[in-house]
Amino acid sequence: MWGGRKLSSFGNRFLGVLRSRCWSTQAEGARLTSSAGECQNQVSWTPQTKPWVFSEYRIMWFKSCRMTFACLNRMKIYRYPWRRLYSTSQTTVDNSEIKTFLALAHRWWDEQGVYAPLHSMNDLRVPFIRDNLLKTVAHHQSGKPLSGMKILDVGCGGGLLSEPLGRLGASVIGIDPVDENIKIAQHHKSFDPVLDKRIEYRACSLEEIVEETAETCDAVVASEVVEHVIDLETFIQCCCQVLKPGGSLFITTINKTQLSYALGIVFSEQIAGIVPKGTHTWEKFVSPEKLESILESNGLSVQTVAGMLYNPLSGYWHWSENTSLNYAAHAVKSTGQEHPVPAEFVFKGETEELRDKDSTNPGVQEELKK
Amino acid sequence: MAARLAVSRWRAAPSAAGRGPLLSCRRWSGAKADTVYDVVVSGGGLVGAAMACALGYDIHFHDKKILLLEAGPKKVWEKLPETYSNRVSSISPGSATLLSSFGAWDHICNMRYRAFRRMQVWDACSEALIMFDKDNLDDMGYIVENDVIMCALTKQLEAVSDRVTVLYRSKAVSYTWPYPFTMADSSPWVHITLGDGSTLQTKLLIGADGHNSGVRQAAGIQNVSWNYDQSAVVATLHLSEATENNVAWQRFLPSGPIALLPLSDTLSSLVWSTSHEHAAELVGMDEEKFVDTINSAFWSDANHTDFIDSASTVLQSVVGFLRPTKVSARQLPPSVARVDARSRVLFPLGLGHAAEYVRPRLALIGDAAHRVHPLAGQGVNMGFGDVSSLVHHLSAAAFNGKDLGSMSHLTGYETDRQRHNTALLAATDLLKRLYSTSAAPLVLLRTWGLQATNAVSPLKEQIMAFASK
Repeated sequence: MWGGRKLSSFGNRFLGVLRSRCWSTQAEGARLTSSAGECQNQVSWTPQTKPWVFSEYRIMWFKSCRMTFACLNRMKIYRYPWRRLYSTSQTTVDNSEIKTFLALAHRWWDEQGVYAPLHSMNDLRVPFIRDNLLKTVAHHQSGKPLSGMKILDVGCGGGLLSEPLGRLGASVIGIDPVDENIKIAQHHKSFDPVLDKRIEYRACSLEEIVEETAETCDAVVASEVVEHVIDLETFIQCCCQVLKPGGSLFITTINKTQLSYALGIVFSEQIAGIVPKGTHTWEKFVSPEKLESILESNGLSVQTVAGMLYNPLSGYWHWSENTSLNYAAHAVKSTGQEHPVPAEFVFKGETEELRDKDSTNPGVQEELKK
Repeated sequence: MAARLAVSRWRAAPSAAGRGPLLSCRRWSGAKADTVYDVVVSGGGLVGAAMACALGYDIHFHDKKILLLEAGPKKVWEKLPETYSNRVSSISPGSATLLSSFGAWDHICNMRYRAFRRMQVWDACSEALIMFDKDNLDDMGYIVENDVIMCALTKQLEAVSDRVTVLYRSKAVSYTWPYPFTMADSSPWVHITLGDGSTLQTKLLIGADGHNSGVRQAAGIQNVSWNYDQSAVVATLHLSEATENNVAWQRFLPSGPIALLPLSDTLSSLVWSTSHEHAAELVGMDEEKFVDTINSAFWSDANHTDFIDSASTVLQSVVGFLRPTKVSARQLPPSVARVDARSRVLFPLGLGHAAEYVRPRLALIGDAAHRVHPLAGQGVNMGFGDVSSLVHHLSAAAFNGKDLGSMSHLTGYETDRQRHNTALLAATDLLKRLYSTSAAPLVLLRTWGLQATNAVSPLKEQIMAFASK
């Protein structure tokens, strides 16, 4: 069900491009990811356009299939060279995911509402981030243990995690593709003069902010985000770009196992209603092994992977040995020699050159590791 | 947890409706004032001042802003007065630990206090007694004047004035509570309006304003309370002769318990809970008669009956047979010679317990949450226990970057303390009722009960441990 909707939205985009045969629509396409409003139009468009241009649609459907399921950014660029000119903002944000979050935007700060599990997850993830960051400093100011640290909170939503980090003294930049979420987050922090100064929110995707924040952050936090992005590889690459050498990347996400399907989707969403329906897609869950391999291949050395378990009766989370449901990972960017930033290759682009770089890129990484 | 949340949501709904009129006339919109305090403690008594002090010295509160509101003036002493104050408290070792955690105990030690090692509690209607004794010569507790504690706390507050602001002669007149979660333009903080018209905003309001708590009433928290038909008379007494004076004495008379607490080698403090008429009589009578009344209250066996005496002897011999070392002989407290002029005061007694200790952005501590009979000497100790627990929870929350007014850790405090306090309150009330009668069956019951408890050391140790927290 989810897949179908996603496909048709992509199908429509390319349909629009083909039919108008105009370069300017790509600008529209590129902006789509950050505008939730347009996204809504997208979905309603489909039924009308389908009947008239069925044959064209069929062709586009195959192409958009590849587009959607392509994990590798490079392949996409190969197929659609005109994309090269724009940032890869479309490549990690999923429009259909935006819709789900939009519907619940006003419920972010209700601690006993739909986001209660996320509020209570702070009891695990804030100490996790705090303690691992404190290991990197010799001494810290009591009362403001994270002062002087710059943290990027990707997919901050309503600011549930940005605020505690801000209270601990860090300077936080919270980004989220959903405008409404950023508005709610801004509004919530505006009442607290201390937090107002320490946290900055922006409605954008990670790719859009990569250039200006390259190598400036002590930590990047992507909590409950990687199971919502389309292209994990690019996402991790961008996170790595933003980090200072020696900086930390914190990820919390859901494992892709039968248990996570049974408990995380069937039980949590459909039966018990712990998580709003449609929030998660099992296909996008990431196993720790896959995450680790992507992290390692991007120059991030994994320090910790720990399982998390939610008790729906008590409403509390617990650390666990078992990573088959939720887990948290901490990786550190190597402080070694500069290695070429992979994302740059994506923008340049003859196919041969790209193919060369495809093969040399992982090679380069391995060499550096040795 | 889910059940608790369901209940609290449930409670919030009717109370929100009930709070409607108060809210509607004081809803803030727009203008955001400059300072938002992290914690405001309303009430600067022993427990409120201790709370503010503990937070001020807490390591995770170093960049937080704390405010203490006290309706009375600042009490300053250039030097310690010679005469002892008539209001004293029995400080348990647990409370002493709390006070030393922020350096107030050192000030108390430099002023004056009295440690006691034994406590004898016995009945007027029988020979039964219970003797609490710490084998390892540790102190069981400390008798400290309330003024001395207050002075120590004030000194420590002054030392940390960059973090803790104290407003004297400031009384809050009204409170505005926030909605459960952010709604457009409504401030999420608690707003307090003071007598002089100024307003304060805070993320967490702690109510420490005594058993007639204004905070508790404004929040609409139900309070289970009743007045005892007793008043307590306090006085400072001079003993006939100087003794080691490190024993606390308490005798249960049918009219109420009378206690003698050591202050120094020659001085002791009296706390006599009795009926309102008798209390008024005691305060009014002349000094010699008063002293005689006290001595006979402790020594006279007029209330003994043969039946009870023989019954208690029977049990005593059984106990003596089973555990020969545990038979304790009744000792007599030191005799009283004089009473300090103008030190006789009376105050009424009652019981109170708040149905909820916490609400979003609100916590109650001390007498605002619970009020108890002084017979067990636990009133202020329960308050200090509340302070310990709440500081522990708030400190952990601050280190996790949590919003201080969030219910998640406040309910942890509530569960912790309600368990302890309810048990103690119930036990104290039960004891009071049990010992308020001279009806034979109850006297027999309590005589045997007391003798049995005295014989079972583990049980006594448990009781002492519970009361020392």
